[in-house]
Amino acid sequence: MQCLEEEKTANLTFSEELRQEMLGETITLCYQCGTCASSCPVAKITPSFNPRELIKLSLLGKKDEVISGEAIWLCCSCYNCDERCPQKVAIALAMFALRNIAFKEGYIPNIYSEFASAILYDGRIVKVSKFIEKKRPTLGLPPLQPTGVDALRKILSATGFDKLQVREEEMS
Amino acid sequence: MTRYALFLGCTIPARQPNYELSARKALAKLGVELVDLANMTCCAPPPVQSIDLETSFAVAAYNICLAEEADLDLITLCSGCFESLCAANVALKHSPELRAKINRSLSQTGKEFLGSKEVKHYLQVLMEDIGIENLKQKVSKPLNNLKVAAFYGCHVLRPSGHLKFDDPERPSILENLIEALGAKSVEYRNKLKCCGGLLRGYSDEIALDLAREKLANTSKAGADCIATLCPFCFVALDIGQIQIRSKFQETYNMPVLHYSELLALALGIDAKELALETHKIKVDKIVSKIP
Repeated sequence: MQCLEEEKTANLTFSEELRQEMLGETITLCYQCGTCASSCPVAKITPSFNPRELIKLSLLGKKDEVISGEAIWLCCSCYNCDERCPQKVAIALAMFALRNIAFKEGYIPNIYSEFASAILYDGRIVKVSKFIEKKRPTLGLPPLQPTGVDALRKILSATGFDKLQVREEEMS
Repeated sequence: MTRYALFLGCTIPARQPNYELSARKALAKLGVELVDLANMTCCAPPPVQSIDLETSFAVAAYNICLAEEADLDLITLCSGCFESLCAANVALKHSPELRAKINRSLSQTGKEFLGSKEVKHYLQVLMEDIGIENLKQKVSKPLNNLKVAAFYGCHVLRPSGHLKFDDPERPSILENLIEALGAKSVEYRNKLKCCGGLLRGYSDEIALDLAREKLANTSKAGADCIATLCPFCFVALDIGQIQIRSKFQETYNMPVLHYSELLALALGIDAKELALETHKIKVDKIVSKIP
């Protein structure tokens, strides 16, 4: 009965927004069987993460609850759920789509803003230090080729990623 | 001679010379030439996909364009790079709309994704270009005394629709490649479960719990070591053991080796050339078991 009430009052704008996000379009196929949750290694450890529940809340339009919470960041991206979903919902990708929306709205875990800065400034998520670079020949490794930072920045500017980053810096 | 453009990624050159050295030396010995191209970048793995999926596709496509220009297929060592690049390559090849959208962003760099090349993990190159029987012939120091727990990690196997690496629920490539070196591949509980690597830094607690289960199960199965394919799985299980020791007071002392390191040793490459001191959990007892 409670479910019926929820369905009647569901705000469908959010599921539509999610469908419009890149590769989020399969989410409305979910019929809440729970195969994802029973295949999920994280859900086995903590009640804080349940992919079925996150999809339900998203379809019911509980946008603020979903994107401001920590649950969307607890997916370990193992893709077990995607492999086993009988409805072929791209669940792991839907988690990325939810994170993308959260990022745009300013809900950004610290480590992710570090990732964003690293890729924007170094072209790499994990920076290769000068020390390590100099050590390469002594180990018998060839010199590292230059990183395409300039090209990368042009791409990040074309996709608006650099603006996301600026917004994140303004907010902090 | 088989030639590939090497996609080295970030974590391997930054943290794991043991992986890079063993892979370069072993592949060279097997007749695979690796070409280091200029101007590659981050592969745009899950941390970037989490921020903006469109950007991650564009960055992956940019790197594939470099290989297309060099007229070479790409080879990756890192499973994360493999998943990012291979999934983007397949998605862009199959969706003209996505390709057009990504090519609009790439045009700023003078690149255009054509979809003319393949992205392969080096294990696929071993299977397809070298072959198990040929590999067995090349082994000069068989690992007869070793019991090895194969650990695939997630991102060579899944999402299988795009990666097409092996059966995502019952894979056999890694076990077969381990046995080709003369070692025994041992079965253990929940072999295909995630190592938790990607949660490190956001939720260390959950990440360590997942790694701990892997270490407990491989120990119980009597494995001498775990064989990994991915630098993140390696960190989760190798450095992870130090953290698990202090957090849970549990000592596993389970050596973790990249498959390429086992391969290099079996091909007769001197252990001293492989920067094995990179390992937090010492691998001396593994090396000493090799004749």
